[in-house]
Amino acid sequence: MTMHVDVEINGVRHRREVEPRTLLSDFLRHDLGLTGTHVGCEHGVCGACTVQVDGRPVRSCLVLAVQTHGRSVRTVEDLSDPEDDVMHPLQEAFHANHALQCGFCTPGILMTIEALSADLAEMSDAAILEALSGNLCRCTGYRNIVCAIRAAGEPGDGEGTGSWA
Amino acid sequence: MKPAPFDYIAPTDISGVLDAVAVEDAKILAGGQSLVPMLNFRLARPALLVDITRVHDLRHLRRVDGRLHIGAVTTHTDVEHSPLVREHWPLLSDAVRHIGHSQIRNAGTIGGSLAHADPAAELPAVMLALDAQMTIATGSGNRTVPARDFFHGYLQTALAPDELLTEIVLPHLPTGSGADFSEIARRSGDFALAGVAVQLQTSTDGICTSAAVALIGAGPVPLRSHAAEQRLIGSELTSGDIAECVQSACLGLNPPADLHGSADYRRRILAAQMQAGLERAAMLATADRRGHDHAR
Repeated sequence: MTMHVDVEINGVRHRREVEPRTLLSDFLRHDLGLTGTHVGCEHGVCGACTVQVDGRPVRSCLVLAVQTHGRSVRTVEDLSDPEDDVMHPLQEAFHANHALQCGFCTPGILMTIEALSADLAEMSDAAILEALSGNLCRCTGYRNIVCAIRAAGEPGDGEGTGSWA
Repeated sequence: MKPAPFDYIAPTDISGVLDAVAVEDAKILAGGQSLVPMLNFRLARPALLVDITRVHDLRHLRRVDGRLHIGAVTTHTDVEHSPLVREHWPLLSDAVRHIGHSQIRNAGTIGGSLAHADPAAELPAVMLALDAQMTIATGSGNRTVPARDFFHGYLQTALAPDELLTEIVLPHLPTGSGADFSEIARRSGDFALAGVAVQLQTSTDGICTSAAVALIGAGPVPLRSHAAEQRLIGSELTSGDIAECVQSACLGLNPPADLHGSADYRRRILAAQMQAGLERAAMLATADRRGHDHAR
């Protein structure tokens, strides 16, 4: 049995036939080739596969692709446009602050934190850590990740590390 | 780590859901934050998934005659951000923040957590402490089950496979109430080793008129400590009253032992949480009375 799914992903409408058991994470990676969404644990613990559904971060390994019918999904690919060679300010801040080590957890963290953009400037370090608690980094590099998020929330310094939140 | 094949249907009304779940081996899917991991591990292999998140009538938070009506597919995030819940049912507001992580709360639902009935989960204990009423749709009309009769055992509830939990109703809390929720988990977002939900009610002269002490991690279902509650009612909720109440509550406690903590360890953290939680709730009850007096 396959089912019809009509879903907007990164602003583009996709109509596909999928098996009901297909996870959103696999639909994004295997059916659409959007491999920026990483798959870690596949049971909702690691946060690597976090994407936004209707603007809210969720685990894409705990959502069935058929459940996104009629909804809007945003993945890490939507943060920047390879055509114009400009990264999202949050990505710039991660780059500038060495907040990626192996990079595996990064897409999930970006999609989690990007949804908080409006509140970021007022968030304490404790609140940032709480917001990050659903994303595991096995390089254990949380300190630089917090620095990057902090920098992204500050007013611009002309070096592409702020001015976004 | 992929689910076994199943069929899928997403009805848009309650009768459509009831028709669908009448089929053998059907399973209701709400936010999926407990069910989908079980599908991924193939611990659950239903023939049909009935997705209830498209039923508009199941997602609401409203106050009617002082009572809070929560539609079953209302998300934890909806409750967490509700000023109505924050103001009138702070116990629920406090507890919801402890559920998983933001990404889990964005998808997970109140009804889903209650129907799943994990004994380490926050909401079953909160519903027990608040004397919630569960509204259940069946093929022959609705029935209502109080929280104290809803949880039957580990992942077992009063729900039959062909029934649907539609709404949770919380009673009005009069002036002079105070609440507290606390839990201990190994890591942020993990299921709790132990936790305590407290809801106290005091009279205008500061005497405790009703008390609810619900314990997480003390058994295969969340428990109300009637020994603790009986000791508190009629008292002035002094630290001494609370210490005596915790002592009598602990006599009857027989928490499970596992890899994460021995029975004795759980008993000790439950005792410490009861003491601290009851003291905070008693202070809040006093503040609630004074705030009300000032307002008049």
